[in-house]
Amino acid sequence: MMTNHGNRLTQGQFSYLPDLTDKQISAQIEYALSKNWALGVEYTDDPHPRNTYWEMYGNPMFDLKDASAILTEVNACRKTFPNHYIRVTAFDATQGVESVQMSYIVNRPKKEPGFGLTRQEIGGRQIQYTVHSYATDKPEGERY
Amino acid sequence: MSDKDSQITDGKKRYSAGVLRYKQMGYWDPDYQPKETDLIAMFRMTPQEGVDSEECAAAVAGESSTATWTVVWTDRLTACDLYRAKAYRVDAVPNTGPGTKTEQQYFAYIAYDIDLFEGGSIANLTASIIGNVFGFKAVKALRLEDMRIPVAYLKTFQGPATGVVVERERLDKFGRPLLGATTKPKLGLSGRNYGRVVYEGLKGGLDFMKDDENINSQPFMHWRDRFLYCMEAVNKASAATGEVKGHYLNVTAGTMEEMYARAEFAKSLGSVIIMIDLVIGYTAIQSMALWARKNDMILHLHRAGNSTYSRQKNHGMNFRVICKWMRMAGVDHIHAGTVVGKLEGDPMMIRGFYDTLLDTHTPMQLEKGLFFEQDWASLNKVMPVASGGIHAGQMHQLLTYLGDDVVLQFGGGTIGHPMGIQAGATANRVALEAMVLARNEGRDIWNEGPQILQDAAKWCSPLKAAIDTWGDISFNYESTDTADFAVTPTASN
Repeated sequence: MMTNHGNRLTQGQFSYLPDLTDKQISAQIEYALSKNWALGVEYTDDPHPRNTYWEMYGNPMFDLKDASAILTEVNACRKTFPNHYIRVTAFDATQGVESVQMSYIVNRPKKEPGFGLTRQEIGGRQIQYTVHSYATDKPEGERY
Repeated sequence: MSDKDSQITDGKKRYSAGVLRYKQMGYWDPDYQPKETDLIAMFRMTPQEGVDSEECAAAVAGESSTATWTVVWTDRLTACDLYRAKAYRVDAVPNTGPGTKTEQQYFAYIAYDIDLFEGGSIANLTASIIGNVFGFKAVKALRLEDMRIPVAYLKTFQGPATGVVVERERLDKFGRPLLGATTKPKLGLSGRNYGRVVYEGLKGGLDFMKDDENINSQPFMHWRDRFLYCMEAVNKASAATGEVKGHYLNVTAGTMEEMYARAEFAKSLGSVIIMIDLVIGYTAIQSMALWARKNDMILHLHRAGNSTYSRQKNHGMNFRVICKWMRMAGVDHIHAGTVVGKLEGDPMMIRGFYDTLLDTHTPMQLEKGLFFEQDWASLNKVMPVASGGIHAGQMHQLLTYLGDDVVLQFGGGTIGHPMGIQAGATANRVALEAMVLARNEGRDIWNEGPQILQDAAKWCSPLKAAIDTWGDISFNYESTDTADFAVTPTASN
């Protein structure tokens, strides 16, 4: 079990708050839509801090401007992958940004075993550190 | 206009040996239309008694470009009309002069041809613009207020090594300000004890910890020790939270050779970020920015020293100009004020600094002290850092004033928490996330902020303790660097 605050993975912009309700998720979707950002749903069972490419639950929804329809997609992903990490990501295509503007976790496994730190002692007093996710000791799709 | 006030166009008269007024030499040209490729500088001048404002502006233009105190015939070997800077506009500064508490001041606008400057060199630019002219006797005081840098000149600079967008992508942190803290006490901790503070802060919820500006390599802690212990702390905290974490390793040293050596060591340990101080100088900053770009490193700049010349309103230079130069020089972070903390800062002035660092295109906004429209020519954005006397109880004010693209640094507000450093960090992170969530939901955080924090404190005891300890602490002193222009409401049509 993780020993940090909340005993949980704290990636994303709201992981220090209690799990978001559907109503709260909708409000954040509305906020992104009001900024003209496109929303995407992504999931993974490999939560390493440098695992950039979570699987996409479909392409970002560039043409969907209805928060309730987007929430339906979020919930469909949760239903399909109830024990994965799922995040909602907002993409901004404005010049000077052209990147992610929001990212927050909306689903997580029941048990989060966390990460180990592998230390490789090399020359002098230097140590090379590798962060290792305990969950990835198991094969893809069988991790949580 | 009398003869002594106008440019002498007859070549023989103009270049006969002797001393002329700067206006006669051609440094004052009220009809001049600045070219798109000109640099424009705007100075606040306090002329000496008996020096008229236009002659004073011409003198500033002359002394910051081609002039010397007497006529030299060798000017005639050059395209001197081009190289002469032209003062073209002088305005009296509002609320100065007779009947006010301040001596009469003037804003002087001076245009410089782009060929006066070497491309890609802040040192060359500044040797002219803030060189000898600041000690010139005809002005009692002089302050560089703002500059318009032409796109053509901006394109000769690398700009920020990483920039806000790529920094966020590398850190995987979006949609909220980043959180940091400076390790305290700033001097005296051993490497081992220092790393403890770093680990606790990062595990508790901060994104970054930071060396202070004067932590380099002292008898109580040599730099290699600090780097090794800090990186152990960073990696342990990353494993404990599943997040990318960082510590600004200050590589400031006495020579470039030593700074490169420290930066290379930081890189070999896997640090995502290094730090330098403004006092290392413009050229050293540009060199470190090149190194940072080449080595995928975020470059944090502490503005140590700036207040010696940026704080007083009548002399020196405005910090917004430092912001412009540092964006060109290529840093990724710069301390730019908190509004509500312990250090100098008028809200509108600070917003002007933030806009200068973050906009792709900044419109002229006199109320923010932005005297020129500025196209940033796709130079990366610099992340402003707010540090100094801020705490979780001000989160609604910080988010309102400073927005999302900022690093909020709570040093004392993390390490001084009654329940410990981790709890201090958690209090700040919870307060921040609760406030961002509420703002995005459309709530009026300026007015409801204290209630939003109280509600979160009901389920987060570290936040409750933070509010109980610091809830009422504020630093309400009048700013010295304030706007000369207020927004005047006008009726809309």
